[in-house]
Amino acid sequence: MFVKKFIKAPANWTFLIIILSLLAAPLFLSVFRINLLGKFISYAILAIGIDLIWGYTGILSLGHGVFFGLGAYAMGMYLKLEAAHGKLPDFMSWSGLEHLPAIWAPFSNPLSLLFIIIIPALLAAVIGYLTFKNRIRGVYFSILSQALSLIFVVLFIGQQAYTGGTNGLTSFQTIFGLSLAADNTKYILYYASILFLILVYTYCRFIVNHRIGKILIAIRDGENRVRFSGYNPTIYKIFVYISSAAIAGIAGAIFVPQVGIISPAEMGIVPSIEMVIWVAIGGRGTLIGAVIGAILVNGLKSGISESFPEIWSYFLGLTFIVVVIFMPEGLVGLVKKYASHLFTWHNKKEKIIQKAPSIN
Amino acid sequence: MDIYILQIFNGISVSSIFMLAALGLAITFGLMKIINMAHGEFIMIGAYAAYIVQNFFTQYLPASFFNWYFFIAIPIAFLLAASIGWVLERIIICHLYGRALDSMLATWGVSIVLQQLARSIFGAPNVDVKSPNWLNGALLLSPGLQLPYKRLFIMGMVIICMLIIYYLMYCSNYGRKIRAVMQNRDMAASLGINTRKIDSYTFAFGSGLAGIAGCALTLLGSIGPTLGTGYIVNTFMVVVLGGVGSLWGTIAGGLLIGTGNTTLEFLTNTTSGKVLVFTLVILFLQWRPQGLFTVHSRSLDE
Repeated sequence: MFVKKFIKAPANWTFLIIILSLLAAPLFLSVFRINLLGKFISYAILAIGIDLIWGYTGILSLGHGVFFGLGAYAMGMYLKLEAAHGKLPDFMSWSGLEHLPAIWAPFSNPLSLLFIIIIPALLAAVIGYLTFKNRIRGVYFSILSQALSLIFVVLFIGQQAYTGGTNGLTSFQTIFGLSLAADNTKYILYYASILFLILVYTYCRFIVNHRIGKILIAIRDGENRVRFSGYNPTIYKIFVYISSAAIAGIAGAIFVPQVGIISPAEMGIVPSIEMVIWVAIGGRGTLIGAVIGAILVNGLKSGISESFPEIWSYFLGLTFIVVVIFMPEGLVGLVKKYASHLFTWHNKKEKIIQKAPSIN
Repeated sequence: MDIYILQIFNGISVSSIFMLAALGLAITFGLMKIINMAHGEFIMIGAYAAYIVQNFFTQYLPASFFNWYFFIAIPIAFLLAASIGWVLERIIICHLYGRALDSMLATWGVSIVLQQLARSIFGAPNVDVKSPNWLNGALLLSPGLQLPYKRLFIMGMVIICMLIIYYLMYCSNYGRKIRAVMQNRDMAASLGINTRKIDSYTFAFGSGLAGIAGCALTLLGSIGPTLGTGYIVNTFMVVVLGGVGSLWGTIAGGLLIGTGNTTLEFLTNTTSGKVLVFTLVILFLQWRPQGLFTVHSRSLDE
């Protein structure tokens, strides 16, 4: 029953097609491109999380880079310790540390990879509780979340001995004993990213299709009415913030082994707001839009900005403006509009018949 | 003892720039519920306006005039930033009324374009604006206590701007209309106020104020295309802390954030200072979610 319902929706159909083409991609593309695509998939996962909180619940978080970064750093710390073989990681000895700091100690254990989810979720729980409980919402929340991302960048750059400073964590060698430079590992990581994309998509689809998803949308469209109807929006908002943060953490953890570096530049204000625009371009409030937006924008970015970095800035800026003002539904909205035109043109008669009973 | 006085002085000096930058933001947000993320870029425009005026003076006018270029630069920075702000309001912002969150994203796009424009015109590296000779040097209060003229000058500028704004907002016909629209847009419109006109003038005025702030910043260091980005978050925090749309709130918020930043950075270090200020603001909002000064209203959805 669930599977039947799942396949019936056009969005899920599109998602299936995307997954199938991603699965088939290694047949046509070089290892380098596959690695790049793997990075885009991690962005797509991140975008789904942002869509859940922004597109469905109407909370604009401009600090999701922080959660992405925390997940990525947790993964990076694990990889770094694996590369160090029981010794002190290189940048620590440069900074004059002699012993492994206490916050690093747990990361020699693979179980510590749970921190990828726990740390972002915990931070989101604290921040979410403090802000949503006091009904700080709308632009106020956005501004605070932006400040959060600034603070974390400052913090991570400042604590050089613990975080590697501006350079971040890099020069990883192996993951679970497999060499990161080997082609096979890259393929494994790529398929693992697809697996996580499917998992995260299914999780979000599950939330959105159920009662809780309806409440999230209701909060977006009229928070006070939700409150007057006897629901407590705060709990739902905190829950969705935590979910979204945990998803961002997973995305970060997938990003690190494929890209090979995580630095504070990835969690700053500018990347955080760019993440939101992927969702806006793809189509907010449709999970599939987030996936399409993230892969499309980043594909274009690596295509255009390699050869014409100047044009990319203008292009990005103007797309921001045009998409937000003139097509708030994004690409998916555009397709829906034209598809429904086609649909009505074909089935004009059926539509009229279908509509009749609702008049009563 | 001297060093503490100097810290407080520095704090007030930093605050004064925050105030100037935040005022425009607070007024436009209070009035139109639009968050202008490109506000930092208007600071940058003001700074480059000062740079252009300086170049004009060194190239085309005798050297004796150079000392006074700054007095030309201030109005030009204001006018340039204000006119760009006016155009922006007419073309882009007018589509965004009632969509506060979207306005953040669209104006962020504007800021990317403006930054890249500055990069294309003036080049990516920072440029220096030479300050007039009479601003170099410092007021010597006691052997350990020097107050640089530049910072004193900026404070003076901010005080004059505040007085002008106060006059405009509370003693003039224009200000009365602004406050009316802020409190109840529909009612103001029914009473014959052209709210669209008020919106665009106010937006231009706020942008112009950011231009003046940028002009003042040229005295403190070199300027570059990303000058505004460094100020935008702090400016927003000032608005959130002070309360939206209130002159007094902005002044108080600016003072608190500015002195808080410098004092805490002095007492601990740069990193922990910034983190502490952020934490304190979050904690403060637990107590007063609407900020220090609020414009009272009975509407449910603020």
